[in-house]
Amino acid sequence: MFDRALKPAIFLLASLPLLLLFAGAFGIAGQSLGPNPIREMLHVTGKTALNMLMITLMASPLREITGQLRWQRPRRMLGLFAFAYALLHFLVYAILELDLDFNDLAREISRRPFIIVGMVALLAMIPLAATSTDRMMRRLGRRWSALHKLVYPVALLGIWHYYWQVKADVTEPLLYAAALTLLLGFRALKRSRAARAANRG
Amino acid sequence: MKRYSDPSILPSAITPEHEYFDRRRLLAALAASAAMISGSVGSGIAATPAPPSYTRNTKFSTREAPNSWEDITTYNNFYEFGLDKSDPYERAQEFRSRPWTVEIAGEAELRGKFTLEDILKPHALEERIYRFRCVEAWSRIVPWLGFPLADLLARFKPTSKAKFVEFTTLLDPKQMPGQRSGVLDWPYREALRMDEAMHPLTLMVVGLYGKWLPNQSGAPLRLIVPWKYGFKGIKSIVKIRFTERQPATSWNIAAPDEYGFYANVNPAVDHPRWSQAKERRIGGNFLTSRIDTLPFNGYANEVAALYRGMDLRRYY
Repeated sequence: MFDRALKPAIFLLASLPLLLLFAGAFGIAGQSLGPNPIREMLHVTGKTALNMLMITLMASPLREITGQLRWQRPRRMLGLFAFAYALLHFLVYAILELDLDFNDLAREISRRPFIIVGMVALLAMIPLAATSTDRMMRRLGRRWSALHKLVYPVALLGIWHYYWQVKADVTEPLLYAAALTLLLGFRALKRSRAARAANRG
Repeated sequence: MKRYSDPSILPSAITPEHEYFDRRRLLAALAASAAMISGSVGSGIAATPAPPSYTRNTKFSTREAPNSWEDITTYNNFYEFGLDKSDPYERAQEFRSRPWTVEIAGEAELRGKFTLEDILKPHALEERIYRFRCVEAWSRIVPWLGFPLADLLARFKPTSKAKFVEFTTLLDPKQMPGQRSGVLDWPYREALRMDEAMHPLTLMVVGLYGKWLPNQSGAPLRLIVPWKYGFKGIKSIVKIRFTERQPATSWNIAAPDEYGFYANVNPAVDHPRWSQAKERRIGGNFLTSRIDTLPFNGYANEVAALYRGMDLRRYY
């Protein structure tokens, strides 16, 4: 029962920020995005993309720690949500923030290091989303896992992008960085243990 | 000085006067009903004297339609109360903005501590509708209530050594939770060159929309310099000091390559992380486009002469 409900529940939870944005944008159910709605949309989509990425990276450690495969299952969906929110973040920026002015877009991308970092992260997510189907997994075989290691630099770039654009208080980006360090540290630890075990064997 | 004329007015952009008054009547009715429900809690101007009386200064006012009271008082950068734009509105309601004293110090013949009432007494209040441009590339139109800073400063007879004037915000971490974190070097400080301070557009503000300032907007006394980025408009002022040397200012200390001492609105000089060429007028919906930012926020005719011969890329 729990396992059957897990995926739909996560789907709903992951869609919630988007639903709230939508309600806020059109004033549905008393929701509002405040006096500067586009800024709010940028903030929510960006933060949610990062959150989804971090949760995606929690799947493997959770499986290891609990010994339960079920935590592995929603990983693809969460990864795709992360991509969707990151793409939405970019689209809000290009279409609503910059009014789809390509001169402005080119100017900003070339001049602002934090935007370049964000763009690279988004571009690096495209092959991951494109190869997320069962068919692609089978076709790529071993190379699939190698390719999907890209998620680590993507997370790093995403946090860097966030860190670089805050005005004064870097507490939140640093918390993300700490969480990422923990998640990567867990993997490094596991790897070195495995190597040691292999040596002994 | 020359009569101020707004360069950006389209007839279609002018709000008919009756709408403007209707809006205020509606707001007043809302405020009254809210007050009946909740007492004075949440008004942010509790324990203040009778409503201010004032005249309209149309000469110095833009004819663009002002933003709503809500747009002006629920979306604020006032880091003393938190970093989110809604924090000041949510956390400043209990702030005690009266009784209040202001210290006058430095290069002036008259110095000392004055009650707010003493500070305000000789000055006739006027309403001026100014453009407000935040360094974060958003803007709004605000009907401020205040009087020229020049009139206040003159009362204390600054000496010939007074080349700058420095302002300090209250330091009170108990009332201002944002001051418990080290985002900025508290208390907040700002400063103007003497000629900027004495310019007739520079306003000591005590109210908006015909009412005393709500706490989140910098009660009871704040500065507005309409041709500069909003962060120059220091709030909840407790000290004014005349100095011979250029004082250090809070945002300039925090990030000198991003926030200059002058901070004049300038579409040609980008913030390192974003363009200042355009701005978003808040209060619209998600389809509202940006508009061009004007040099000196549209007040170039009045103030550009103050900076003649200066390299504005260097003195940003």
